[in-house]
Amino acid sequence: MAEGVFEVEDNNFDAEVLQSEKPVVVDFWAPWCGPCKAIGPVIEELAGAFGDKIRFTKCNVDNNPVTPGKFGITAIPTLIFFKDGKNVDQITGMVAKSKLEDTLNKLI
Amino acid sequence: MKNVDYDLVIIGGGPAGLTAGLYAARARLKTVLIERMVPGGQVLVTDWVENYPGFPEGISGIDLVQKMAEQAKRFGLEIETDDVLSLDLSGQVKEIRLNDKTITAHTILIASGASPRRLGIPGEDTFWGKGVSACATCDGPFYKDRVVAAVGGGDTAVQESIFLTKFVKKVYLIHRRDELRATGILREQALANDKIEFLWDSALTGIEGLTNVEKITVKNVRTGDEQKLPVNGCFIWIGILPNADFLGDSVERDEFGFVRANAHMETSVPGVFAAGDVRRTPLRQIATAVGDAAIAAFSAEHYIQNLEK
Repeated sequence: MAEGVFEVEDNNFDAEVLQSEKPVVVDFWAPWCGPCKAIGPVIEELAGAFGDKIRFTKCNVDNNPVTPGKFGITAIPTLIFFKDGKNVDQITGMVAKSKLEDTLNKLI
Repeated sequence: MKNVDYDLVIIGGGPAGLTAGLYAARARLKTVLIERMVPGGQVLVTDWVENYPGFPEGISGIDLVQKMAEQAKRFGLEIETDDVLSLDLSGQVKEIRLNDKTITAHTILIASGASPRRLGIPGEDTFWGKGVSACATCDGPFYKDRVVAAVGGGDTAVQESIFLTKFVKKVYLIHRRDELRATGILREQALANDKIEFLWDSALTGIEGLTNVEKITVKNVRTGDEQKLPVNGCFIWIGILPNADFLGDSVERDEFGFVRANAHMETSVPGVFAAGDVRRTPLRQIATAVGDAAIAAFSAEHYIQNLEK
């Protein structure tokens, strides 16, 4: 079942993302980022469509300084796609919804 | 008349598309707006809009376009998320090929906007999203107390460089000429800003680093001298290119790919209109996009009325 978009933080990132059995998408965002806010509803929709196979999470870069640094994030929105604890794909900025769907399909 | 899906198909959900959608919905045209991601377009990456009338204190880009979308939807505009792959304009009824279906329409409005142009220099693609950016409002706060470079001399480059100074220690503004092209008030503000150092007559020729941007090469275009500068990030604002690949040769375009349309927003193909940044036009602003779009919707309505006679 789809579970929406789960909030991850520095202290649970390893357990919730890297050790997840399902592939995981992490949406790195911040409240001051217009495009991040704009794509939020699309990420929710995708979570509804793909949620049974892929785990959808988001990480607020303002409240969690460690994790974005670890992945060298200097631009948001950035989506990182994890499989078996490994970063297998990364998308920065606004792209077509169809491109996100293609990337998610590859992850399954 | 045979079954046609729509009176009007609008391609693109920025200010032009949303305004045309508002006018078309109020004109009771059967209309759909096709947007590949979310309505907003380039305005979404604009932190603060100060030159769109009606908002004396200014308004954030996202708030402005969300209000535009809300207003158009209130009158019944249908918005669909899909990619437009190509157009077939050979018949009187136009065909619009999407990802998994083809729809038909009496008229089409091309409002697909434009995207930031890239320099095409070494390191630019490698570090895109890892220190190279075209969006200060997305990425500026990552450079708190750091040093960045910005390239360009137009309104966007200057306005966004000023915005960056809220966070960074220093901005090198790299510009090919010896004066800014930006509008008066922005020029004044930038020249008076201690955090902006101008590198006149200069071009960015390379970006280097290990995992993120560490240094850039700047070449003086008059003397040919090159220098390396340590920076943490690099913002590129050297103009835009039309989002028009799906058009191919279907309508007439200029040498840069922008769609040619007359004062009625008519393109070279009857029933096909263009509005906003994708159009060949002397000024690309939210105010000009919405003006184009109102005329385009009006022209589409007249075209359809004439078909019915």
